[in-house]
Amino acid sequence: MSSPDTEIKEIVQKEITLNMGPQHPSTHGVLRLVLDLQGETVVGCDPRPGYLHRGIEKWMEHRTYHQIIPMTDRLEYISCFNNNLGYVVAVEKLGGIEVPPRAQFIRTILAELGRLSAHLVWLGTHALDIGAMTVCMYTLREREQVLDLFEIVTGARQTVSFARIGGVRNDLPRDFIDKCREFIDQFPKRLEEYDTLIRENRIWLKRTRGIGVFTAEEAVNYGLTGGTLRGSGVNYDLRKVEPYAAYDKVEFDVPLGTHGDVYDRYLVRIEEMRQSRRIIQQCLDMIPPGPVTTPDPRYGVPEKATVMQNMEALAHQFVLMSKWVPMPKGEAYVATEGPKGELGFFVVSDGGGRPYRIKIRAPSFVNLSAIPKMVTGGMLADVVACIGTIDIVLGECDR
Amino acid sequence: MDADQIAKMIEEKFPDQVLGTMSHAGQVGVMLKRDRVLDVCRFLHDEPLLRMDHLADLTAVDYSAYAGDTGPRFEVVYNMISTAFRHRIRLKVRVPEDDPRVDTVTPVWHTAGWHERETYDLMGIIFNGHPDLRRILLPEDWVGHPLRKEYPLKGY
Repeated sequence: MSSPDTEIKEIVQKEITLNMGPQHPSTHGVLRLVLDLQGETVVGCDPRPGYLHRGIEKWMEHRTYHQIIPMTDRLEYISCFNNNLGYVVAVEKLGGIEVPPRAQFIRTILAELGRLSAHLVWLGTHALDIGAMTVCMYTLREREQVLDLFEIVTGARQTVSFARIGGVRNDLPRDFIDKCREFIDQFPKRLEEYDTLIRENRIWLKRTRGIGVFTAEEAVNYGLTGGTLRGSGVNYDLRKVEPYAAYDKVEFDVPLGTHGDVYDRYLVRIEEMRQSRRIIQQCLDMIPPGPVTTPDPRYGVPEKATVMQNMEALAHQFVLMSKWVPMPKGEAYVATEGPKGELGFFVVSDGGGRPYRIKIRAPSFVNLSAIPKMVTGGMLADVVACIGTIDIVLGECDR
Repeated sequence: MDADQIAKMIEEKFPDQVLGTMSHAGQVGVMLKRDRVLDVCRFLHDEPLLRMDHLADLTAVDYSAYAGDTGPRFEVVYNMISTAFRHRIRLKVRVPEDDPRVDTVTPVWHTAGWHERETYDLMGIIFNGHPDLRRILLPEDWVGHPLRKEYPLKGY
């Protein structure tokens, strides 16, 4: 016998829609996710990027090839040099421009320092999102050292604009190699320090294992690249697939995951940092002497010291920077391995001094498209882990 | 496989679809009619010798301001690579201004979904059969497609 008071009625379960972002501490910028929730379970997710869309591709059509370099800094603003590099490599492919070996090595060193800088920020913020606060304090300390190294070479810490079509802006300063060695000598110990904080941490394992799983086949079909793809065990690293800069002259391994979850992607990126250090070390040992820009006067920017003393060099630089460089008609798609994944530039030239069209294939944008699949069916708290694991930077995603 | 050989394979398989091939800087592009783009893409993806499983990029170019160009106004460009064989190919499809439509390739590559949304948003190309063709970077009520050449740099 049951009285009407104790009778259990069916609980009406109502879906609610929750806006996560664009102002949210764990969305790494101005990302907005529209989540459909059934209690704590995510049943639908619709990412809404675009809050940082500045129309960079449109602007690029109105700038000369050299004037575009500073705009690329504003794409993936954690490791600006990698964007500079992606762009100039594409233009060099389009124009068939040779780059002297010393410049190639300088590019490789800076690109790997950029990768370290990006991965350190990723590790710190990813751990912070999941609740491990200490790691962030440590990683930002090392990142500061990386930025100091950038400052020695380029004069800027973040927006470096250092690559030039056909080379780099200037040679390495005298004290750079020693300071860089000093940094990479102490780096493995530091890396070990934060790895021990979380690698076997029970909370970390519970929050990351089996979360955001992607099989290898799915990951490729979703267009994932970078550490996000390699966590699923697909051996696709553009430094190996289509080597640029000096990557064909150095030895390094491509770490791969097996389970394709958040934890494996963490292991992959940690190992990538060790490999980056290895690449920098080899480059410092092997870097040859010689010029740092192409001797071809149509593209090579004269050295700053000459520009200050020589009238012709000054005029030459002025024309190259403000007017145009002769680019043949044609088109090229060149992809480089950015810290987040495949950073591709598709450049179309009509033979004029400005690119006819540039399309930036931003890894963050494509990786973000995988978020609905990663989070649907999981818990609300895991959304944060999934955003961290694709290592998104909105400047690049929205362009 | 060599990009030229891939282009030849496409031509042998779809002789009435290929309008021409062009190469620049060692990269090969195959110009297709727009009728059977999806079939060509499915062939490239499924053929065991090719296995183009990674659609790296999909975009469009507005050729209305290109000196000497007389073809239809827009060109949809597909850049793809095989993660196993590491060979690339580029497909190109021209679509006219008064009917800027081409079939979606989302059944072959899921990643095409967002690339196509972006191309629709910024260039105004409509992808037939796309499951969710909305604007992606610009607000829903935005008027116009900014990457078209007549769109002013500083907006209307």
